[in-house]
Amino acid sequence: MLVIRRELVDAMVAHARRDHPDEACGIIAGPEGSDRPERFVAMDNAERSPTFYRFDSTEQLKVWREMDRNDEVPVVVYHSHTATEAYPSRTDVSFAAEPDAHYVLVSTRDPEQHELRSYRIVDGVVTEEPVQVVESYMFAHTGVDDTPDGS
Amino acid sequence: MAVTVSIPTILRTHTAGQKSVEASGTTLAEIIEDLEANHGGLKQRLVKEGSLHRFVNVYVNDEDVRFTGGLDAAVKDGDNVTILPAVAGG
Repeated sequence: MLVIRRELVDAMVAHARRDHPDEACGIIAGPEGSDRPERFVAMDNAERSPTFYRFDSTEQLKVWREMDRNDEVPVVVYHSHTATEAYPSRTDVSFAAEPDAHYVLVSTRDPEQHELRSYRIVDGVVTEEPVQVVESYMFAHTGVDDTPDGS
Repeated sequence: MAVTVSIPTILRTHTAGQKSVEASGTTLAEIIEDLEANHGGLKQRLVKEGSLHRFVNVYVNDEDVRFTGGLDAAVKDGDNVTILPAVAGG
């Protein structure tokens, strides 16, 4: 299950709409081990294509180093499909290289109504998971860590 | 030339879970041979038909080796080599 704050969902959808008809992509970083998406990072689609996306390699290094410094990991890896459903393509599955991430697909094929779905992709196997949108993480059941942060 | 190599999650099955290992060499090609000698199976994840896999990013210090010679990129003592699988899809 992906538990995620509404503002982060809105940010992914807004990014997908903005880049349509090119695919949009990015990550949401969160503290290592927490499984909690916290920090939204829109990435540039170096392919600028309606059917393919790729993080620019230099930008990716910068973002990954920043996550290392913050003890974060990419909790969500998202991208959009601009003409097809919000389901991982064969290409998406073959490239998925973050076994602990939630892969979120946003479809902008309909100008009025977006689709947003989440998946785990591990060893080539796609498993869809429910998405629970919350206003904050304080009182939501987040799974591993049930208690709100101290401070 | 001893360098530190950062290993991404998905390749740690070849390094017994270690996220960082040491390797020796003066070029990236030599580093990869040294990695393969100590952590079998890594090379085929990085190199395909004599050149770096298109969707694996390798950096020496902060430079993508695509811009500094690929497998011939020079490596010196104390350098950091970072491996990141490309994030891509369709």
